[in-house]
Amino acid sequence: MPWTLNSERPIYAQIIERIQLEIISGHYSPGAKIPSVRDLASEAAVNPNTMQKALTELEKTGLVSSKRTSGRYITEDVLMIQSTKKKIATDYINEFLDRIKQLGFEKEEIVELILQLSREDET
Amino acid sequence: MSPILECRNLSKSYGNKTALSNINLSLERGKIVGLLGPNGSGKTTLIKLINQLLVPTAGELLIDGKPPSVATKKIVSYLPERTYLNDWMNVTDIINFFADFYEDFDRSRAYDMLSSLGIEPGDRLKTMSKGTKEKVQLILVMSRRAKLYCLDEPIAGVDPAARDYILSTIINNYAEDATLFISTHLISDVENILDDVIFLQNGQITLTSSVDEIRYKQGKSVDGLFREVFRC
Repeated sequence: MPWTLNSERPIYAQIIERIQLEIISGHYSPGAKIPSVRDLASEAAVNPNTMQKALTELEKTGLVSSKRTSGRYITEDVLMIQSTKKKIATDYINEFLDRIKQLGFEKEEIVELILQLSREDET
Repeated sequence: MSPILECRNLSKSYGNKTALSNINLSLERGKIVGLLGPNGSGKTTLIKLINQLLVPTAGELLIDGKPPSVATKKIVSYLPERTYLNDWMNVTDIINFFADFYEDFDRSRAYDMLSSLGIEPGDRLKTMSKGTKEKVQLILVMSRRAKLYCLDEPIAGVDPAARDYILSTIINNYAEDATLFISTHLISDVENILDDVIFLQNGQITLTSSVDEIRYKQGKSVDGLFREVFRC
């Protein structure tokens, strides 16, 4: 199945996010080998050069590293994966806070609402 | 390395009607480039010039450094906008025909793609739907190990599910240093596989850009930009 990519933002940025998610969600485990550029591009139905660019960017963050001849691997640094996870969660929450504030909620009200909803969810 | 395709001040007129006017264009190797423009903008004329089905009125065009000739046809794999195959032939006949004709034709690749798309090699073209015929033609074209693929409206008659397969086939089947030149107006379907796009309007190039640059600078897809630029 081609990956679902939205049409407004650069494709390579969306590929990076998608692979990051696959790493932090455990779809790829630490130290795992990731498929070749060509295979990933074909799966995602994106241009191989764009996929290459996204993977190169991911290498810069350290989440992915390439071993000269044998391909690309996910980092074994679990702490780095954890901190990426936390960073992405923070981004999501900030985005959420921005939107919910536009509705006119105060901080305390937001916290109260979240607690209430999570209690309902448990029961 | 030199570009795979170079056009210098290329013009083509039909009588007093100008189809292409002063085109300057250079295609790098290893890229997938979309040639986008409304009907009558000159897309097919440009592709026909590359394949020597038309000759320029002015200017020149070089493929791998050479003017269009038998030598360039050996390295250019061309999907025309309409079918030219004899419809009494079955798929195996046509594959043999192509294998005879083109040194770079890879039979096993052709048969692999046929079976993935559920097309029987014994079927005659005559008995096939329009979409299936188009798939067969695209398989033939992508089974060559060419340096430049020119696809004129490759997915127009094919259903959306097969489009996905065809696009991934295209990605899987061109060599890394080969270039794909795809003319289409089904932009949203192909834009994720393109490196660069060229907008053609009234026979002139109005934009050359990478897809991600358009998204980054304009905050919209190529499809969105196209609809805006060519609004009727």
